[in-house]
Amino acid sequence: MITANYIKNEYIRRMPSAFCPGCGDGQILNAIARAIDHLKLPRNEIAAVSGIGCSAWIPSPYLRVDSLHTTHGRPIAFATGLKVANPKLKVLVVSGDGDCTGIGGNHLLHAARSNVGITVIMVNNGVYAMTGGQVAPTTEHEYKTVTTPYGNPAFALNVSEVVAAAGASYVARWTTWHMNQLIRSIEKGLTKKGFSFIEVISQCPTYEGRILNMDHIQMLHWFRDKFKTDEKGVFRIGEFVDIEKPELTDELQKIIEKVRK
Amino acid sequence: MIEPGEYFVEGDLAAAYGAIKAGCKFFAGYPITPASEITQAMAELLPQVGGKFLQMEDELASISAIIGASWAGIKSMTATSGPGFSLMQENIGYAAMTETPIVVIDVQRAGPSIGQATRAAQGDVMQSRFGSHGDYENIVLSPNSVQEMFEFTVKSFNLAERYRVPVILLSDAEIGHMMERLVVPESINIIERKYAKTFDEATKYGDDLVPPMGRFGDGLELMVTGSTHKPDGTRDTGSPEIQSSLVTRLVEKINKNRKDIEDWEEMFTEDAEILVISYGATSRPAKGAVIKAREKGIKAGYFRPKVLWPAPENRMSKLKNIKKVILPEMSLRGYSMEIEKMFPGKFVHFPKVTGNVHTVSEILKKIEEELR
Repeated sequence: MITANYIKNEYIRRMPSAFCPGCGDGQILNAIARAIDHLKLPRNEIAAVSGIGCSAWIPSPYLRVDSLHTTHGRPIAFATGLKVANPKLKVLVVSGDGDCTGIGGNHLLHAARSNVGITVIMVNNGVYAMTGGQVAPTTEHEYKTVTTPYGNPAFALNVSEVVAAAGASYVARWTTWHMNQLIRSIEKGLTKKGFSFIEVISQCPTYEGRILNMDHIQMLHWFRDKFKTDEKGVFRIGEFVDIEKPELTDELQKIIEKVRK
Repeated sequence: MIEPGEYFVEGDLAAAYGAIKAGCKFFAGYPITPASEITQAMAELLPQVGGKFLQMEDELASISAIIGASWAGIKSMTATSGPGFSLMQENIGYAAMTETPIVVIDVQRAGPSIGQATRAAQGDVMQSRFGSHGDYENIVLSPNSVQEMFEFTVKSFNLAERYRVPVILLSDAEIGHMMERLVVPESINIIERKYAKTFDEATKYGDDLVPPMGRFGDGLELMVTGSTHKPDGTRDTGSPEIQSSLVTRLVEKINKNRKDIEDWEEMFTEDAEILVISYGATSRPAKGAVIKAREKGIKAGYFRPKVLWPAPENRMSKLKNIKKVILPEMSLRGYSMEIEKMFPGKFVHFPKVTGNVHTVSEILKKIEEELR
């Protein structure tokens, strides 16, 4: 039987948790571990890459696989090099919304466009949490943060929609309320040949909670009530893209074979 | 593939040949003058040896990708010029902090900023050592011929693998775009990476201060981070001891081994009273000027660091009889702080920042002026 203790012993490094009480990052770590377990993937075939931000700490140091904790915004580019150098590896990127779409937005677009076979889990809490709750590319219009004290003059990016338009093979969005769906999507992402992108709306009770005036339980209930498969825009959840198309490392291998004939 | 023999090629292509001969199997790059020819050559050559080439979305991605590939156990390289080299600085520091072997070629062009894309300069000398924030040391080589573009690229890979550092091949537009004879030798000395077979092995180092490197996919469950970390990779950003011992070792592993790394060429230094120190493209007319000065009976000497960082300080400090040192270079700052430090009171800077290399007669005239 898959118990919490089994998951913990098998996949999680025993270290003091750096996450705030009520943070969704622990749930996402749990979902990743369970997806790996369901797929029976050997841990030495998985490599985790992360950038800077709270969610970067989900795999580094907590997930018991090779982990590369990189500079701000660049994990997808590091992961692309790692995947191309060793296509046998399942390369998993865990990145926050700021890391992935702010400073690193360009890499996200181009990884989706080139359809490199990596899996990106983007943890979206709508703020820059590690640095103290500043406005993010995913913060809603008029929301107050420490750098938008009079309200956000800009608008939130619908990241999943952008990644779908850029050409990803798999795109899904869930929240930390939708744990079973999330685990299934991570499994799909890890087995997908091409570029897979899973957006997880997650609670940051410390900073996002302050904006919304909610604790983590209230936030989870808000996710349950507000995020629906038939909702519009950034509140829509579900699988948005699930297609097969030529993957980058396969294409590179084909070029090698063609040239060396 | 690149058979031993004679070639007539430009410097950029010779660097690509060197990379292939050194065993480079991954290149990620972004187009920029005057380094694009290296990128284009790697795109053509790599698949022929079973390697992989990616043109990335920018220089930030290029250097990130080669660091990622290096952790998969693949020798990796990128090539760029001034503006791109500036963009790469953060991750050069990351490679230093995580002790990742990579090779970065900077074919210098005149700056600052966009400057003169097709013109040579030597304004990146300090940046090549100090460009990323914080304390670290890396290795910087300076070729002055097409032959050295080939040889020093091989050497860059060897030094990167040996010391687990980012190595910069600091060329310039003149050497990169120049065509001359290249001799590819029969046998080439290649240093391969020392791999850690267990997690424990990857956490320990000997007298050379270089720990064996783990490889992703080998089941070691490595923890690699650019944050301050313990020898086992565990992030520890609060401990003064961990920060101090890590950063000190990163610097000391180069300082301690500098006798093995330092490299230079010298001529007429035995009895020289006036010494011309020069590197890269400028060293060619500098050597010519010193030969002409000797023909005129002037006791001139020639000294060329082949490795700029760590600088050949041991050798320079033994050049005692020198009365004056002239440093011609294509920069107002360049290497001058280092040379002035080595020869206080004797130092004469001779910069030229037109985008053109000094001529032999310009340097000869300067030697004669300084003797007066």
